[in-house]
Amino acid sequence: MNTPAATGAPPQPRSLESAFEDTIARDQRVEPRDWMPDGYRKTLIRQIAQHAHSEIIGMQPEGEWITRAPSLRRKAILFAKVQDEAGHGLYLYSAAETLGADRADLTEWLIEGRQKYSSIFNYPTRTFADVGVIGWFVDGAAICNQVPLCRSSYGPYGRAMVRVCKEESFHQRQGYELLLTMMRGTEEQRAMVQDAVDRWWWPSLMMFGPPDDNSPNSARSMAWRIKRHTNDELRQRFVDMTVPQAEKLGVTLPDPELRWNEERGHHDFGTPDWDELKRVISGDGPCNAERIARRRAAHEEGAWVREAATAHAAKQAARASEGAAA
Amino acid sequence: MTVDLTTHAAALALGDDTLVLSHRLGEWAGHAPVLEEELALANIALDLLGQARVLLSMAGDEDELAYLREERAFRNLQLVEQPNGDFAHTVARQLYFSTYQHLLHAELAAGEGPFAPLAAKAVKEVAYHRDHAEQWTLRLGDGTDVSHERMRRACEALWRFTGEMFQPVEGVDVDWAALETAWLASVTDVLGRATLSVPEGPRTGAWAAGAGRQGLHTESFGRMLAEMQHLHRSHPGASW
Repeated sequence: MNTPAATGAPPQPRSLESAFEDTIARDQRVEPRDWMPDGYRKTLIRQIAQHAHSEIIGMQPEGEWITRAPSLRRKAILFAKVQDEAGHGLYLYSAAETLGADRADLTEWLIEGRQKYSSIFNYPTRTFADVGVIGWFVDGAAICNQVPLCRSSYGPYGRAMVRVCKEESFHQRQGYELLLTMMRGTEEQRAMVQDAVDRWWWPSLMMFGPPDDNSPNSARSMAWRIKRHTNDELRQRFVDMTVPQAEKLGVTLPDPELRWNEERGHHDFGTPDWDELKRVISGDGPCNAERIARRRAAHEEGAWVREAATAHAAKQAARASEGAAA
Repeated sequence: MTVDLTTHAAALALGDDTLVLSHRLGEWAGHAPVLEEELALANIALDLLGQARVLLSMAGDEDELAYLREERAFRNLQLVEQPNGDFAHTVARQLYFSTYQHLLHAELAAGEGPFAPLAAKAVKEVAYHRDHAEQWTLRLGDGTDVSHERMRRACEALWRFTGEMFQPVEGVDVDWAALETAWLASVTDVLGRATLSVPEGPRTGAWAAGAGRQGLHTESFGRMLAEMQHLHRSHPGASW
């Protein structure tokens, strides 16, 4: 971003703001040292932090099945996936920190319920097929959301997304491949897959957020090119992408209104239960309490370990400076 | 690959060690004290699981061996099946085991036996595990009073399971006595730097000596296997 060179004179707010607007208009990237409006900074901190929280809370529903994975290959895949998610959380917290946020604060806000995470992770994983369906639907929806974010106006966020998307698409294929394997298996395995599809379909559509006419932050995020597409556009893209995959897999999607619309060139589909979404994001979903309790417990039970690491580092530093003084 | 019976039994012993420890580390997912440790513990677990898959495949079908054997047929050390406990117990278990495994694989990699190719790859992974365990032993031992005390207790609690590591495994061609000497020297050094003393109790209790290798396990192991095997056993013949 081009800002006037420092001349000793106090910066002109007008020119800073117009330079910012210009950067956005020319589809260039805003970088951490650039001036940005307070609202832009706050919106980004909120969005990136909640994205990071989603990665971290998202480790739980699948992590549930690591110790029960039915083959060593699947167990290895789950380990690698949960590890990737922790890594994505770290990238995103780093991106949020470039905006002046502090990771420790963000963690506090998560466990105090002051910041949110993706609604989807408040649903329970009841069978092993859920692991596959999470890969297929949830990672699929995440990809629809995140690929456009690779071009987000804020540089560090866009670059984090590039790395995240590469790994997510790998997970999505692995999830789908698990389901293909199960659909070629026993009658019970097929029933397990269909049941998981039935339970996760609507919650996955809700991952894109409320409908456009009821999405308070969307317009501004789009104007700032933090977001590139509306919730409804992305939801439509996800449905269009997923329907043929469902056919190939041999499962039905639990929506009687779902059909191809020749005129629109898109699938028509039913309306998600927006009241359910409202309840889930306000804390009243099936697993909200458990997810936060788990995060809080890990954080609190780990306090002595973090304190030890800090104390040890301080002792090492003191010894080093004593050594240098001697 | 055809392997003789001795190699088969040895692959099972080494494979079970890594399979079981990997599983225990998997129980940490979502519970670690910092995100960086979520990554590190999953990373180590994944390495160990990879080693287990190679070793078990030398002995037969990896899934059949992992999921369809009963407790009495498992040949892992009792050390690796010990519950995670607090973070200090996990670190102490990692310190004891990864030091052993690193020395063992360095020797196996240098030899020409059936485990040399696996050991050549594993030794690099295990060097990282060992470093990770040592660093945490130092941080906890030489950290706060609380962490020092927790680390001390953990090292003592697991000490009586360490002798079993040096019971010779037939088919694993290493100098077990030299391995034990090197292990003791290394652990003594790390504990000393961590301001901890080497536990005083015996390293091999009358009840523990060689027991895991004979299929005699501690009580929590059965419950661990129940969780690990439940789904696989519920769908006989299914593939995943």
